Amino acid sequence: METILIPLGAGLLQAFEPLNLFMIITGCLAGLFVGCMPGLGSVNGVAILLPVTFLVPPTAAIIFLAALYYGAMYGGAISSITLGIPGASTAVATVFDGRPMAQKGKADSALMAAAIASFIGGTVSIILFTLFAPPLAAFALKFGPQEEFALMLLAFATFIGLGGDDIPKTIFSILLGLVLAAVGFDIISGQPRLIFFDMVEFQRGIGFLVLAIGVYGIGEMLWTLESTKGKVQMHNVKITWARMRSNFGQIREYINSTWVGSILGFFVGTLPAAGATPAALMSYGLAKTFSKDPDSFGKGNVAGVAAPEAANNAASTGSMLPMLTLGIPGSPTTAILLGGMIIWGLRPGPLLFTESPDFVWGLIGSLYIANVATVLLNIALIPVFIRVLAMPFTLLTPIIFVLCVLGVFATTDRMFDTWIMLIIGVTAYLLRKLNYPVAPAVLAIVLGPLAERSMRQSLISSQGDAMTFLERPISLTCVLLAVALATYPIIQKAVRNRRSRRAA
Amino acid sequence: MTVRTAELLMAIATLLLSLGLMMKVYFDGLTIGWVDGRGPGAGVWPFWLSAGMALASLATLIRWFMGVTPESRSTEDYISRDTLFIVGVSAAALLGLLISITIIGTYLSLMLFMLLYVRFLGGHSWGMTMGMVIGTPVFIYLLFEVALTKYLPKGLPIFEEGFLWLDNFRYEWFY
Repeated sequence: METILIPLGAGLLQAFEPLNLFMIITGCLAGLFVGCMPGLGSVNGVAILLPVTFLVPPTAAIIFLAALYYGAMYGGAISSITLGIPGASTAVATVFDGRPMAQKGKADSALMAAAIASFIGGTVSIILFTLFAPPLAAFALKFGPQEEFALMLLAFATFIGLGGDDIPKTIFSILLGLVLAAVGFDIISGQPRLIFFDMVEFQRGIGFLVLAIGVYGIGEMLWTLESTKGKVQMHNVKITWARMRSNFGQIREYINSTWVGSILGFFVGTLPAAGATPAALMSYGLAKTFSKDPDSFGKGNVAGVAAPEAANNAASTGSMLPMLTLGIPGSPTTAILLGGMIIWGLRPGPLLFTESPDFVWGLIGSLYIANVATVLLNIALIPVFIRVLAMPFTLLTPIIFVLCVLGVFATTDRMFDTWIMLIIGVTAYLLRKLNYPVAPAVLAIVLGPLAERSMRQSLISSQGDAMTFLERPISLTCVLLAVALATYPIIQKAVRNRRSRRAA
Repeated sequence: MTVRTAELLMAIATLLLSLGLMMKVYFDGLTIGWVDGRGPGAGVWPFWLSAGMALASLATLIRWFMGVTPESRSTEDYISRDTLFIVGVSAAALLGLLISITIIGTYLSLMLFMLLYVRFLGGHSWGMTMGMVIGTPVFIYLLFEVALTKYLPKGLPIFEEGFLWLDNFRYEWFY
């Protein structure tokens, strides 16, 4: 326990340093803002603002982005409840009961429940994170390149098995990301690869940030413009001290589903393809199943708001666990954070705990503070964010576009990358309209170079013997799990077909 | 164009892209096979992953012909007229922004972009428009050039020289 408490104390102290505290508060505010804007979520905020964080040292930068991640999870509920449009996909389940509550004039009660549930979800998950991270990182120190590659294989297989999207389209998305990551010089032989039209600009490769900002900045904004057409219908929210006090007393109605959602959210969040959206949906389903009054769900049951909100917050912390301990991101947002860590000169993975303890524990400490800061800011600023929601998209969109273009330029110093970003953004929008998932491509472009390096290192050390991946127990387990996950949808379909044939 | 047609065209496009990538790797002379005692050659990763992309695209094409995907059965418009306007204008405005940045520089381009988007597309008041037209370049200058010390593109030399006085002024008085 001492091995956890002492560095945690140091991390908390670090989080209280003036710069870090300032980053936590600005991050929470930025996250709340990004989260409450319809269509924009943590991933968009982190992708668009990552270049701006080069202003500060890496620890302060990741603290800002993690606080933003947190804030966005809280903020997502605001638009789900008041507009009936999820602030991000992670807040979809919040709409089911949040909107009926707002229609009944109980928007304030729903917002309060969302904030409290998010806080409980956040707190539970941070405690679980603190307990699980050090032993997992210590265990991961045994990993060689074989295990690293097998783990990445497992991460991609999770997208196929649990992603719930069209499988050939998911595979295409993963492979496209991996191929785009191969543009530039080969890491082993130094040979140039995929230098299109012999343009020298491709020799430096396609940065993950170019793809991430293209997909989540440009592509997502085009998608949001299409889905909202710039017009939103907002519900009135009445907030008084007396109502706030009575809303606080309502906590007994949803506390049980909040605990369950928090624990479920954390563990679902650790899975690469799952993340906050399915965690929230599963938590909603569980709350409904075990409720004494399941028929009231979908008609304005406060537990239907609290359960998914607790889960999506817990999942956001959960997704950081594999990112920090194994170097495998648990969500698209953590994939971008991982890419950021590489830009800052850190090597994500188990060694991070021994090589950069200040960074890791500073981040963990800041999560505790960010959770408290966000719940306070969220409750205090509900009226402000409701005003922000009334801001027309024709003002927000050009600002985001400008930040995307200049953010990419500032990272790479090349106009060429801004062109690539625009092409990727428009393509991602067109692909997404046809149900091609884009998150696997972002994860793949971050993990691509690491996956190829670990695969080739393993094969060089085994003198080209591919059995090396099956001869080591951890690697073998991961490969078998990956195969099981990748074939799971096929088996599931075959079982379903057999059952329906029997029933017929 | 219906969603059904769009899915077919997209699957063909992704298949052609995948085949193009495979050909690119092959004709660049990269080793796409196993090197004895060393494992995969430099071209193995991109070549075989592109082959996987081609197979995934083929699978989508087959599923389209069989009517398995919801998109292959949808007769709705892929991009409706309303969407085409708002998304098309936004994408075109971005394209214009990138072109104009290389000619007249970042700041003048930003002013024109804001004018177009806020006044003509958003229909906001002149007060709001001017606030955005002036406020955005000032904010961007302070954030990127002052705080992040990034030299943003200033366009052709004639525009760049016109801008140098501002940098001279800043360095003379503030450093």
